[in-house]
Amino acid sequence: MTLAAIPGETLARRLQEATPDAVVEWDDAAVWVRPEAMASVAAFLHDDPDIDFAFLNAISAIDFVEHFELVYHLMSLAKEHTGVVRSRVYGREEPTAASVVNVWKGADFQEREIWDLMGIRFTGHPNMKRIMLWEGFDGHPLRKDFL
Amino acid sequence: MTIRTEPMTVNVGPQHPSTHGVFRVRITFDGEDIVEVEPVLGYLHRGTEKLAEERNYVQVVTLTDRLDYTSSMINNQAYCLAVEQLLGIEPPPRGKYLRTLAAELQRIASHLIAVGFFVQELGAFGTPLMYTFRSRERILDLFEMLCGARITVSYMRPGGVFSDAPTDFWPALDQFLDDFEGELEEIENLLLNNEILMVRTRGVSPLPADVAINCSVSGPVLRASGINWDWRKMAPYDAYDQVEFDVPVGNTGDNYDRFWVRMQEVRQSLRIVRQCIAQIEPGPVRLELPMVLRAEPGAEAYGRVEASKGELGFFLVSDGGVSPYRCKIRSPSLINLTITEHLLLGWKLADMIVSLGSVDINMGEVDR
Repeated sequence: MTLAAIPGETLARRLQEATPDAVVEWDDAAVWVRPEAMASVAAFLHDDPDIDFAFLNAISAIDFVEHFELVYHLMSLAKEHTGVVRSRVYGREEPTAASVVNVWKGADFQEREIWDLMGIRFTGHPNMKRIMLWEGFDGHPLRKDFL
Repeated sequence: MTIRTEPMTVNVGPQHPSTHGVFRVRITFDGEDIVEVEPVLGYLHRGTEKLAEERNYVQVVTLTDRLDYTSSMINNQAYCLAVEQLLGIEPPPRGKYLRTLAAELQRIASHLIAVGFFVQELGAFGTPLMYTFRSRERILDLFEMLCGARITVSYMRPGGVFSDAPTDFWPALDQFLDDFEGELEEIENLLLNNEILMVRTRGVSPLPADVAINCSVSGPVLRASGINWDWRKMAPYDAYDQVEFDVPVGNTGDNYDRFWVRMQEVRQSLRIVRQCIAQIEPGPVRLELPMVLRAEPGAEAYGRVEASKGELGFFLVSDGGVSPYRCKIRSPSLINLTITEHLLLGWKLADMIVSLGSVDINMGEVDR
């Protein structure tokens, strides 16, 4: 792998200046932010000329049972570097995170898929409907308690 | 004099010969003009990510065949790279070369399908498709020699490939490359400067670079919009750092550019295959690994490749067990569909099928 990865600490430091209270913690590979702050975090990472995360590679959702985790793989085409932003979402009844679709249109289908299969709602998404399964399907199959 | 029209909503698909599988798009027309577009997905959803949580690391390889079934080799490769990253292992050099070679043959096969159907959708029924399928068939024959299967190959394994190529594979491959050189020239002569094709596709449904980036578009569609980004160059895997090739880049991202980029990539893939044949050395093709693999608890890996449709990624999370705790598939076909609305709105009915064809989606991968 030749593409440089921005350390979580660098991202955390920049985010603490721009969006206070958003950052939860960080390690070498990623920075954790609060799910409700995700929209402003996304806007900053996208617009900042040094970070320049213009491209959203993937959003993944993981069910760790005591919480859900969202993982955003990001990159800059111009600067040729990558970065990872993560967010822990608590609660199993109505877990919610802020949608990043206004920053990256590429999040549209991915957020709908996460709602459909993992049951995390994204506030601010213009079309928060199921995408793979039909409306009225009972449950979210990728959750660990769905058997 | 203008004719009074009123909007009409039409369902295209899911059972439609030109939607590349069971893709459905609800389109509202005003006369011939497209005014509203809504893609409807999920008809081929099989829950691959959930199924992967119930199988061990090696067994998941068979599931990846069934994602984009026109480029199974590349799916195998992406998944195996992710597992190798998770375990911190690297296949032996011969294994890497065999993978690169198989993946490039697969890319040729996949692009031949894309180009063949694209021209078919322009109204050239049958003939061009037969030209491209003639060559693709030979590649599938080669795959059969490698692993006994043509579509659901499962040829690659974490740590290398399932077995070395049989001795009669190499002369058969040489024969194919010699024949294909002429066959490709024939296809190029027929299509690249074909006047009807150019009139129908040039300037139609252009995709500006900034829209492509914002919509997370990848692969030939991104490069057609003028962005030089190829994961084989940006983060070389397997033997791609040992071979030379160019990255063809389009201009305006119209339907013609998307078609043109794929045609050029076939040539580059041929170059890579020839270099692999020249460079490959005898040796083991697969690491000695336990039958059942286990990764460290909490280990994570995001393995990605430049698949025939774009960036194919596998995000694996381990809990120390024999199967992945989570296996997320970043599918290029699904995310490339984000631009459907942008491509179709304002264009005519006759261009709709062609524009969808120019994106080259595969429903096995969109729905997973």
